[in-house]
Amino acid sequence: MTRYIIRRLLSAIPLVLGIATIVFFAVNLAPGDPTLYFLSPGMTQDVIEQMRINFGLDQPVHVRYLRWLGAMLTGDFGHSISHSRPVLEVLVDFLPNTLILSACALFVAFLFGIIIGTIQAVRQYSIMDSAMSVVLLFFYSMPSFWLALMLILTLSLFARNVWDLPIWFPASGIVSVDYDFLTFGEKVRDRVMHLVLPTLSLALVLTAGIARYMRGSMLEVIRQDYVRTAKAKGLSEAVVVFKHALRNALIPVITLVGLYIPVLFSGTIFIETIFAWPGMGRTIYDAIFIRDYPLVMAGTFFFASMVVVANLIADVLYAVIDPRIRYE
Amino acid sequence: MSDGFLVARRRWRVVSAALPGLPQLLTGRWGTGWTVLLTWLGCLWVLTARYERVIGALGGAWDQSLALVTLVVSLIVAWTWSWRDVSGSDRPLGIGVSQWDLAARAFSKNHTAVAGLIVIIALYLVALLTPLLAPYDPAFQGNLITERYVGLSTVHPLGTDNYARDVLSRLLYGARISLAIGFVAVSISVTIGTLLGAVAGFMGGIVDGLIMRFVDIVISFPRLVLLITIIGLFGSSIFMIVAVLGLTLWPGTARIVRGEVLSLREREFIQAATVLGYSKRRIILRHLIPNALGPVIVAATLGIGNTIVLEAGLSFLGLGVQPPTPSWGTMVAVGRDDLLGAWWLSTFPGLAIVFTVLAFNLVGDGLRDALDPRLRT
Repeated sequence: MTRYIIRRLLSAIPLVLGIATIVFFAVNLAPGDPTLYFLSPGMTQDVIEQMRINFGLDQPVHVRYLRWLGAMLTGDFGHSISHSRPVLEVLVDFLPNTLILSACALFVAFLFGIIIGTIQAVRQYSIMDSAMSVVLLFFYSMPSFWLALMLILTLSLFARNVWDLPIWFPASGIVSVDYDFLTFGEKVRDRVMHLVLPTLSLALVLTAGIARYMRGSMLEVIRQDYVRTAKAKGLSEAVVVFKHALRNALIPVITLVGLYIPVLFSGTIFIETIFAWPGMGRTIYDAIFIRDYPLVMAGTFFFASMVVVANLIADVLYAVIDPRIRYE
Repeated sequence: MSDGFLVARRRWRVVSAALPGLPQLLTGRWGTGWTVLLTWLGCLWVLTARYERVIGALGGAWDQSLALVTLVVSLIVAWTWSWRDVSGSDRPLGIGVSQWDLAARAFSKNHTAVAGLIVIIALYLVALLTPLLAPYDPAFQGNLITERYVGLSTVHPLGTDNYARDVLSRLLYGARISLAIGFVAVSISVTIGTLLGAVAGFMGGIVDGLIMRFVDIVISFPRLVLLITIIGLFGSSIFMIVAVLGLTLWPGTARIVRGEVLSLREREFIQAATVLGYSKRRIILRHLIPNALGPVIVAATLGIGNTIVLEAGLSFLGLGVQPPTPSWGTMVAVGRDDLLGAWWLSTFPGLAIVFTVLAFNLVGDGLRDALDPRLRT
């Protein structure tokens, strides 16, 4: 097992290196450079040249690449141009918000997906099974940014202004304006309320895939002999399904975590933009337009590396949990 | 062949001459029946209700000419197809039934998938016929003071937007962008993915290692992050969007094809081809790829839906098709500015995306079941 984990870790190194290379060249071969951000009318060519020298942009591409790679190995991700502070500080500020949002979405998606998939499998070919399949496929085909707008429209705007519902969810930011003046209990509630809509927008799209996978995996498991034995012993269906079958049916679903994390990160760009959520996705998106190269490179690299790490964890978990798989 | 059968056939011919598709519909083949009948009626409706524009399209812009050609061709095809089908020769079953015939038969039994296919055909027809079909020019602005944000009405079935443009017309024109980009981008990625995957699987060794490591790297990127980085920095144009979408989707296909080829490579018929001294090129192109095509077609169909969502997303972020060209993603983004006052602006383009993607997903699922012999019932 240890050997497998070590081998898997080693194989991730060239992957991360390749990611860094692609990020660097995609960004640096693009037309335009960060000096555009500081450009103002009446600036002479000399000043621009001096700026380019200060940023190290006068060097040839391969020199810049090696320098950037070397600096990154020592933990120096450069200086963000638009935020005027080290990139690492910016990342540390924004990353937690994205991680909270992603973790909530992942949790909700897997919770819903596992429950729905199990129900579908246990009641295979029933009306409930096919109705759920149709609804799920509908959500699966939805762009998350549109779902987000529709959730805002119904659960926030209409609920508050037109239908006068007692509960409506805030549609922007992570906390209310008056957050500082709230008591502790109200603060928690305020944060949770702000999380609901962004989480749902991200999660509902993923739920369908998880439920479908769960349904298939559960169907395979409940046909096995040990499940029949459990039933024959006279155990109730709930106990058989949730205690005996669910554990084994969950094993292949773990691999989906690795698969869905890139989808989730892609989604955060939309969701963070729409809900004014101060996270990584929106920061990278903004940074691209003002050509904040160090931030774009570090942010994109971080996102991709987290995907590699997530895949790594999923693989190792898979090997740990499933005793049938031996990688020696 | 009995007389009664011939009489029945003659009667069906009469029905088919007037309403092609109806005979098939009545004899229980509702999939083909609806497709043909709807095409026929729809095109006839365009011909009669929009005859001024049809005449005006003669020698018009290229999209008008294309619409005209589509109109005529679909009318002829629908009519002759039904005619031939009704009076057709009875090919004895069981003789010369290929894998593809079997798959087609399995597919036609899958009702939801067939419904999806009908929607897709209708969508492409509508997209091609849009210049004749749309009630207004997509860029036509009404009175900016009185006709902005007009709700649903008979004059504007889906309301108007912030520039007093007709939403339905823009929706129809937007379909062209979405469907065209989806189709072209996926064609590019499937071609590259299939070739590289087959080469990697067949050659093995260093070639395999290099290609698959590259695939691993590209797959590790959250695709949208890669897309906005490249398009945001290099600038946006339709060419750029298609190219980048096409060039970031192929790794998935390559993985699938490589997996298939790895198992095919050990089979007897490939060994036979090798023993016969065929070149590697011939074995890959003529023997391996055709046999690995099933999963590729499924992935491609699902990929079109995926790509349409991504293109809409890019347009939503302002990185896709640039205004005033209508595109579904841009239309959703425009609606964001006044969600409460003009809810229809974001809702309908979004629904269009959902139903288009849903149709592709249904067909993709149906194809998966139909093309895999193990899943056929």
